[in-house]
Amino acid sequence: MIVFRYDNSFEGLLSAIFDAFSLKKWPQLILAPDEVLPLLTSEEYYVQTTEGKYSRVSLAMKKRLSKTALMQLTYVWYSELPERSLLIFNYLAKIFKATHDISHNFADLDILAIKKLAKKVSHERHYLMMFIRFNAIDNQGDKVYFATVSPRYNSLPLTIDFFQDRFADQKWAIFDTKRQYGYFYDLAQTEIITLNEQDNFLVNGSINDDFLSPSEKQFQHMWYRYCQSITIKERINPKLQRQFMPTRFWQHLPETWHDLDNI
Amino acid sequence: MKDSTIKKLEILAESAKYDVSCASSGTTRKNQNGGIGSARGWGICHSYTADGRCVSLLKIMLTNFCLYDCAYCVNRRSNDIERAAFSPKELAELTIEFYRRNYIEGLFLSSGIIKNADHTMERMIRVIKDLRTVHRFNGYIHMKTIPGASSELVYQAGLYADRLSVNLEIATEPNLKHLAPDKDHQSIYLPMRHIQQHMIENKEERQKFRHAPKFAAAGQSTQIIVGATDETDQQILQLTSKLYKRPSMKRVYYSGFVPVNSYDKRLPVVKDVPRIRENRLYQADWLLRFYHFNVDEIVNDDHQELDLDMDPKLSWAIRNPSYFPIDINRASYEKILRVPGIGVKSARLIVSARRHGRLNLDALKRIGVVLKRAQFFIICHEMHSFKLQEASADYIRLSLKEPSGLEQAQAKQAPKQLVMTL
Repeated sequence: MIVFRYDNSFEGLLSAIFDAFSLKKWPQLILAPDEVLPLLTSEEYYVQTTEGKYSRVSLAMKKRLSKTALMQLTYVWYSELPERSLLIFNYLAKIFKATHDISHNFADLDILAIKKLAKKVSHERHYLMMFIRFNAIDNQGDKVYFATVSPRYNSLPLTIDFFQDRFADQKWAIFDTKRQYGYFYDLAQTEIITLNEQDNFLVNGSINDDFLSPSEKQFQHMWYRYCQSITIKERINPKLQRQFMPTRFWQHLPETWHDLDNI
Repeated sequence: MKDSTIKKLEILAESAKYDVSCASSGTTRKNQNGGIGSARGWGICHSYTADGRCVSLLKIMLTNFCLYDCAYCVNRRSNDIERAAFSPKELAELTIEFYRRNYIEGLFLSSGIIKNADHTMERMIRVIKDLRTVHRFNGYIHMKTIPGASSELVYQAGLYADRLSVNLEIATEPNLKHLAPDKDHQSIYLPMRHIQQHMIENKEERQKFRHAPKFAAAGQSTQIIVGATDETDQQILQLTSKLYKRPSMKRVYYSGFVPVNSYDKRLPVVKDVPRIRENRLYQADWLLRFYHFNVDEIVNDDHQELDLDMDPKLSWAIRNPSYFPIDINRASYEKILRVPGIGVKSARLIVSARRHGRLNLDALKRIGVVLKRAQFFIICHEMHSFKLQEASADYIRLSLKEPSGLEQAQAKQAPKQLVMTL
């Protein structure tokens, strides 16, 4: 079994494609540096990431693939699943070997697998647009709308355009507590941020109440009470609710915090 | 915000909750001139209530005081409930605060009728005008048009709102008059027509002047109450289909009757909300809008009510065996769309995948076809016989029933056979 090792970057993966075609070697596995080599490895090959290789592959991709297909590949990459490298590799190898455009052949296992995984990541992206909740915080006299999230896939970067367009006239930040990075928008541009004094600002992945604006709790309370009042009691169906709004997001959703009942 | 605001919010949300519509789709607006908000073509739900319904807009009434006395309505004049009213400014500010926290996609504004239709409309327009001009809000706005409102005010509302709607409530006029003595179909159809006329005029205007403001870009919608009166599914769906033939009508909603009025003798006594019937009507509605079905194929004089045990598409397929089998590898998209177990997405995938080679059952399964249902109606590569010929309508009906009707039927038969062999 031939195994490729690469530096776990997208450019590295494209370089692996380049090497495979020039060496005519087709790996059964593509591993990141820290992944364990399987037992029956006959050959291990280290991919060197160089600009000359990946820019050629990327150019070829843009020539051969539609915009949708390119976006699907990006989404699959952001899934962060270990199997994504082999999936993308096989997909691209198939596309480049084919004599005509086969990116719509959804009966093909590799092509369908890419489509399905891309769909999952895109779904997670949509969940973020739905369930991100901003909390107004006081940042040295500055009002900033802050949100914490912990998505299943790394889909936060895919939502930034959306939030930037939507909340153009307020300062906001979204922080991914699972991956320990986030984005901050300062009315002009969006920057990647990390947090230093986390122990203080974040408690169990949520914002410490001490940092909230004085009126913030009230708005959470109002939103909670609104959602309770809009419920039709005769039709209660919690299973349906959880199906549409998975409980893994509830930590961030004030409308589900039943302790707000007592305020 | 004061405690009184919370109380008002609760009362007025409570009063608005029976309006089914929550869609925030149908229009795309980018953030303009550095204001707040944008609208997305497909709409975004932001929460789900414990009854499983989507919350995408701040669905609220400006006031729940009402002159009218409609039996099915919780806000009817004769009902003894708490009343409240927002000031337009207060409501606009609340909407913005919720929006900034990404709680909502916009506002759904409805109101009880105070003084008269035009006076109420004017107050409602003030809210949405404030949102658009003072707060520079680009999010979604859905406004309920008041029955009997003048054409001029409907026009103004449409300049600020994305969607306008008038609720039909009861499908036939005598029944409506019976339950809502202050309303008749004329007072509902007239504002509907106003909306449509303004939309058509606006379209022409926009062809001449590119920057002419859009009028209610997301069209209009309406709502029909199901189960409060004796209309058949045929009557309801035929009305729906007529409404969809109008260029401006985007959605018809069905609301299973919730008993909000226990003493009125005109209303039926019901224990549960007719959820299954409501669900079947929505499925039939989808067949009309996305599956190229004609209303007479779904309900007709022989089948006035939808089958509660199976979805309307399967029910149609079983009634029309002559239409099948459908050859997955040859038939047109429209024909494939009619196979039970194949939805819009899988039909599209099938059509684009089969260009690269013939599809077999395995491939169909991977694409997402529900073979359990589809197997009776298709032929494809590696599938030799056509099953419908062997299977009777009753057999299909039983084998697809949940929980499996076939097993139940067999279980029932078992003791009988035992008796016979003894």
